[in-house]
Amino acid sequence: MGRASDTCPVRPVKPLAGGSARALASGVPETAPTIRSERDHARKVYRAMLEARQLEAKLASLYKAGKIVGGVYLGKGQEAVSASLGGCLEWGRDIFAPLIRDQGGRSAFGEPMLDATRTYLGSAEGPMRGRDGNIHRGRPKQGLPAMISHLGTEVSVVAGMLLARRLRGELEGVVGATSIGDGGTSTGSFHEGLNAAAVERLPLVVVVADNQFAYSTPTERQFACASLLDRAAGYGVEGHEVDGTDFLACLRTMAEAVDRARQGGGTQMVVARLLRLSGHGEHDDASYVPDEVRAGRFGRDCMDVAERQMIESGYADQSEIDGWRSEIVDEVQQAVATATREHGPNPWDERWEARSTNLLTVVD
Amino acid sequence: MSMTYVDAIREAQDHLLREDPRVFLYGQDISHFGGAFKATKGLSEAYPGRVLDSPISEDAMIGMAVGAAIEGMRPIIEMQFADFSAVGFNQIVNQAGTHFYRTGIPIPITVRLPSGGTPGSGPFHSQSMEAIYSHYPGLVVVTPATVSDAYHMLVQAVSVDDPVIYCEHKFLYRWLKASGINGDGLPLGAARITRPGKHATIVTYSAMVHEAVRAADRLQEESGWEIEVVDLRCVKPLDMDTVLASVARTGRMLALGEAFPWGGVTAEVVSRVSDEGFHLLDAPPKRFNSRDTPVPYHPDLWAAHRPTPETICLAMRELLSY
Repeated sequence: MGRASDTCPVRPVKPLAGGSARALASGVPETAPTIRSERDHARKVYRAMLEARQLEAKLASLYKAGKIVGGVYLGKGQEAVSASLGGCLEWGRDIFAPLIRDQGGRSAFGEPMLDATRTYLGSAEGPMRGRDGNIHRGRPKQGLPAMISHLGTEVSVVAGMLLARRLRGELEGVVGATSIGDGGTSTGSFHEGLNAAAVERLPLVVVVADNQFAYSTPTERQFACASLLDRAAGYGVEGHEVDGTDFLACLRTMAEAVDRARQGGGTQMVVARLLRLSGHGEHDDASYVPDEVRAGRFGRDCMDVAERQMIESGYADQSEIDGWRSEIVDEVQQAVATATREHGPNPWDERWEARSTNLLTVVD
Repeated sequence: MSMTYVDAIREAQDHLLREDPRVFLYGQDISHFGGAFKATKGLSEAYPGRVLDSPISEDAMIGMAVGAAIEGMRPIIEMQFADFSAVGFNQIVNQAGTHFYRTGIPIPITVRLPSGGTPGSGPFHSQSMEAIYSHYPGLVVVTPATVSDAYHMLVQAVSVDDPVIYCEHKFLYRWLKASGINGDGLPLGAARITRPGKHATIVTYSAMVHEAVRAADRLQEESGWEIEVVDLRCVKPLDMDTVLASVARTGRMLALGEAFPWGGVTAEVVSRVSDEGFHLLDAPPKRFNSRDTPVPYHPDLWAAHRPTPETICLAMRELLSY
């Protein structure tokens, strides 16, 4: 356990009437049931957080140097939430549909770092081959859907992937997860997707990073309920709340939610409260975030909290952490160098075809 | 034994569920109730667990289908009415339509749209959505006009690796009957000459094929005009070879559709015939569509909103007299 000051501030949770809805009184469950060793798990997740932060810092400087065309969207301040979700999921078995601020989750889930640098730098060798950019990348056949910009839409896509596994009798032990922000929860697509998943009782974990701003819009212009957690009861899904800046709390809450889904507890909703520590994208200076919010409860950096907790829990010592940092510097350098050396797509060689089928050959 | 157009759609789904374990059906009221038009009647009993009722959530229905398709399934989504697919529009054009180009992984979903007008259905249960989906890259849009096409084109649609918007016309559901399913072996993307002629061509699709044939019969009876009717069958992509070959024979063309007049399939056909076949034309190509208002409720207004054999004849006489 982290120190008291590091645990989730306890919100008064209303008793939820009926259904399977359930809210944890605290964001910090006592144990992380399926994670055999919290130490190993924490080390894996924390390293993914370090990787995400360093990779994104590099991407931001490449953007400022004019080396990246289009937007750069960072998950700064959301690494603990994202990586502790991705770290509970197994590449090759589970499904993770990341959204805009999920470099941490991508790294923890196992997306190759080269996918990020190739996509951002427009290499023809990347999974998107220059046809789509930045955070829209994915490897859908490996359980990593490639998001579209329309928020909320990935919820039903992951639900459909899980439904397919169920229809084939391959759902046992599988979990699908996706992330969204506070703003994305206002979409009809989010509502439809979560409701449909709940109706099917699919093992889907939806993590809402309530980072207080949707681009520039504060949450009071986004929803009128006291907490987004209140919505879990309405959907008939299990709800969890966590301080998204508290690394150990995130680690345990995500493990709990993923575990519940994996063991047949149905759809789960996690609301993580935090603050976005960057602009919406690197083009945005976030000057609309008031100083008192930055100085407030969720304004702290989860990376600082995580480092302290790793050391205090005895999960890693400072020299190990420094060692990881320097390893990651090399990995990032290499991934950027490789992608930079590669050619971009050639418009003359491009197959300008949005369909895979020649319809004149399709007969019964 | 006679078979209706909607029977053929049901039979095709029965066949697909029987033959292909990747196929499942997802839509509103399609399970034990058998669907608003009974296009899935009895299928949930015959194929337990593979004919699933969905919430009233068109966006999620398409999103679920896309996810299932990524995982290798072949979902068929029934929209209760084509009009309601507007709610799932985003997932259709932005999720399903872009996926192959973006990721290299095709999305083999079939979305059934009960389309077009019937008397008394009004503005929100009568729309023809083929043009709006055809506008977006990545989709196939088919519009079967016959009982056999309703069957074969649905079977073919499910075998296509790309998203197919299957526009089935509600007016044909029970009115159109055939002695059974016959195949002429046409591939999914090919148009058909429904009625041969030599003086002018009507290029059309879906229920308007039947109105065009009626108009052509009348023009022949009354004035001896021999009108060729081309049934596009598939509106995206367009089989321009068949269209241009017909225009080459007749020199005159009317593009006819039930959809709203601004833009759309008939505009595309006229534009492409003008561009690719200008030298074949003896008269300016014409278009004829419904009126530019919502589809009205009252049967008398409805009948005057869409092209009819009478109004098609008027348009054709104008074309023939040029």
